[in-house]
Amino acid sequence: MPDNRNSGAKLVVEFKSIQGHKYTKEGSNKPPLINLANAQGGSYIFEFDSYSDLHVCRDFVSKVLEKSKETPNAALEKSAVKLPDEQLSEEEMQLRIKLLQENSELQKLHRQFVGGNILTEAEFWAARKKLLDRDPSKKSKQRVGFKSAMISDIRPATDGRIFAEKPAVHRAFLNFVPNKMTEMEFWTKYCRAEYLSRTKNYHAVVAEAAEDEELAVFLKEDDILANEVRKKIRRVDPTLDMEADEGDDYTHLPDHGIFRDGTKESNELQSEHYRRTLLQDLNRHAAVVLEGRTIDVEREDSTRALAEALARSKRGNEGADNNANEERLDRTPRVAEIEDLQAPHCLPLAPLSIKDAREYFDSQQANTLKASRDSQASMKCSLSRQEAYGSVRDAISEIKDMGLSDPIVNPEVALKVYSGLTHNISSIKYHLGKNPRETVLDRLPSATKEKLLYHWMSIQELLKHFWSSYPITTPYLYSKVNRLKDALSNIYPQLEEMKESLPADLRHQVSLLVRPMQQALDAAIQHYDADLQKRSAKSGEKPNGYV
Amino acid sequence: MASAPSKLYSDDVSLVVVLLDTNPFFWSSSSLSFSQFLTHVLAFLNAILTLNQLNQVVVIATGYNSCDYVYDSSSTGNQSVGNGRMPSLCATLLQNLEEFMNKDEQLGKQEPEGRIACSLLSGSLSMALCYIQRVFRSGLLHPQPRILCLQGSPDGPEQYVAIMNAIFSAQRSMVPIDSCYLGAQNSAFLQQASYITGGVHHKPQQLDGLFQYLLTIFGTDLHSRNFLQLPKPVGVDFRASCFCHKNTIDMGYICSVCLSIYCKHLKKCSTCGSVFGQAQTQSDEPSATNRKRKTTDA
Repeated sequence: MPDNRNSGAKLVVEFKSIQGHKYTKEGSNKPPLINLANAQGGSYIFEFDSYSDLHVCRDFVSKVLEKSKETPNAALEKSAVKLPDEQLSEEEMQLRIKLLQENSELQKLHRQFVGGNILTEAEFWAARKKLLDRDPSKKSKQRVGFKSAMISDIRPATDGRIFAEKPAVHRAFLNFVPNKMTEMEFWTKYCRAEYLSRTKNYHAVVAEAAEDEELAVFLKEDDILANEVRKKIRRVDPTLDMEADEGDDYTHLPDHGIFRDGTKESNELQSEHYRRTLLQDLNRHAAVVLEGRTIDVEREDSTRALAEALARSKRGNEGADNNANEERLDRTPRVAEIEDLQAPHCLPLAPLSIKDAREYFDSQQANTLKASRDSQASMKCSLSRQEAYGSVRDAISEIKDMGLSDPIVNPEVALKVYSGLTHNISSIKYHLGKNPRETVLDRLPSATKEKLLYHWMSIQELLKHFWSSYPITTPYLYSKVNRLKDALSNIYPQLEEMKESLPADLRHQVSLLVRPMQQALDAAIQHYDADLQKRSAKSGEKPNGYV
Repeated sequence: MASAPSKLYSDDVSLVVVLLDTNPFFWSSSSLSFSQFLTHVLAFLNAILTLNQLNQVVVIATGYNSCDYVYDSSSTGNQSVGNGRMPSLCATLLQNLEEFMNKDEQLGKQEPEGRIACSLLSGSLSMALCYIQRVFRSGLLHPQPRILCLQGSPDGPEQYVAIMNAIFSAQRSMVPIDSCYLGAQNSAFLQQASYITGGVHHKPQQLDGLFQYLLTIFGTDLHSRNFLQLPKPVGVDFRASCFCHKNTIDMGYICSVCLSIYCKHLKKCSTCGSVFGQAQTQSDEPSATNRKRKTTDA
């Protein structure tokens, strides 16, 4: 609809019908617009005077849309879950709502029984304690970690990243500031060192390091780091089985890597200290980012306090490391067993005594002969042994002389057999389906199958509660049983109705499936009636059934 | 389940191991004469060999006292025997069969005592499975094996355990057991065998058209069975036979240690020797004291 400010008609659109919203970005050259997409595919476009108005409107729209998406389900659950007589914590209610939303079967049952006032909420969930026992996922407060971008500008960030990456600098900071120099000076020197190493003017680096001691600290190789790495190598589990196979050897594949010619490397021992490669920096930076922060940044005001807190936490970790080391040393001999040195394993077992099978079969032979003499069917062999063998031998020689008969099979007989087989196969396929292991349920139309399964589930649920309420000891149980009995008797007509709605050929099979359900219902109702009779016979003066 | 090596042969090459029932007591009282039966079977074996150049056929005779290999199409010692009136397959097979019958007669000395004797199906099943295992281990190139059981004698309940063991090992090696039952009654063992291993079981209505049955139903190779409709039995007789009396039973007692089946309650299992506990009698009102007593007993 074009923009007509003078028209008096108002456009009212329900928020429910709005599916999504799009808006133009601030930086682009387009005018500020919001596009609200309709459920039917149309859209409404609003133009604003300025971008700030657009932002306000956009936040409002997104909030409303979120809320409107979750209301249909959540509202129902919230109303059902609130109970006057049960003290539920907010957490538990959330858990129940989540369970209902995840499991549609559970939701259907819940809606049918609790919504229909057949079962109370408490009873429904009492049968499902296992589901509720799960701890709701505890959201731990997540600390924001280091930025993964490596520091490119010279200004040192105050979030302690430099201290985490370069423990030598950390140590230097703790030692020098505020004794030898102020923080400002420290950082100036650090930046000078960074600049020098970046210029790759190796000799200038050596010269300046020789002059200024503190600068040298920054330029030297980080020895704390080296120690840590050595410790890590020692900590590797020797029992770890890493088998290399041919697939791991990629170095001998053609076109792999750059051939390394070691002749060009110069060995300047003294200068090793001052070389720091980009690769080392990258690796160290990546390791620190992945480790995350060990202390909370917001709490620390000054860099000094931050440095101290970091030092404290490192000391704490060392203790744990030592314990882990000891554990590992203990575990190693256990895991890497040397087989020859082990004592023989004598586990306490009861000896298995299985009798000799032959003995068993031989002794049974006598029984068999006795038993099967009476139980065999009509045809008995009237010939003696010799005669029988003789007749077989005669048959064989007959074929040898005569050859195979011609034709082997009479054509009419063959045709009869063939058509009989075809008929048999097609009729069986019609009745039983193609797959011998197919179940009856698969052959029913899916709507019927759904209904059958649904009825079965609800019958099971009701019967579970019904049988668990016996023997009746309190009036509460009595009223519950009454409610359940009414619900159970209501299922009969539902089953009948379902059977009526089916075509005749399926009706028989479905009634076979439904019979056990009806039997279960009958048993329950019979028990109810018997119990009622007993109760009224016992307590004749109390007609309202109170125990 | 897949313990068989990969079948890297042409899809429809088959190795058919035929278990031929040669129980003389059955054949002497059957409506189909043994010579007619042999005719049908020999023609059928020929037909299988012509279906594919690489097909193989092995015939094992299931006798009354013994079982033996009677013919192997892949063995090179098939000289043409006797006159040229029939293919060498038939001649060799018949020759070996005659020798087998002689040997079988020598082995048994007692009369069958007025009932139809059963043939040693478990023995020939085991021999067939051993042969097939050897084929599996011969390398990656081998035909797809299956077992065809041509049986007329009734089930011997004393062979129940052995037959079930053979059936389960066939199932594990994925070897289907087809069965064609020629006798009067129904054979529960053969029905179970075909059902469990995925083979075809059929009881022909007209025995003089046996060749047609064999060719239509049992001649198909395993690959083609994926898209052919073969007759299925309407129901399978799953009854077991009890270990104490060898009766066929549908409800019984089972030892929880070795799964042996008994038709009546025993104090001790006769196969593995485990002692069974006392059966708990049902009480109408299980009070708390009764329940406590039960747990201390057990």
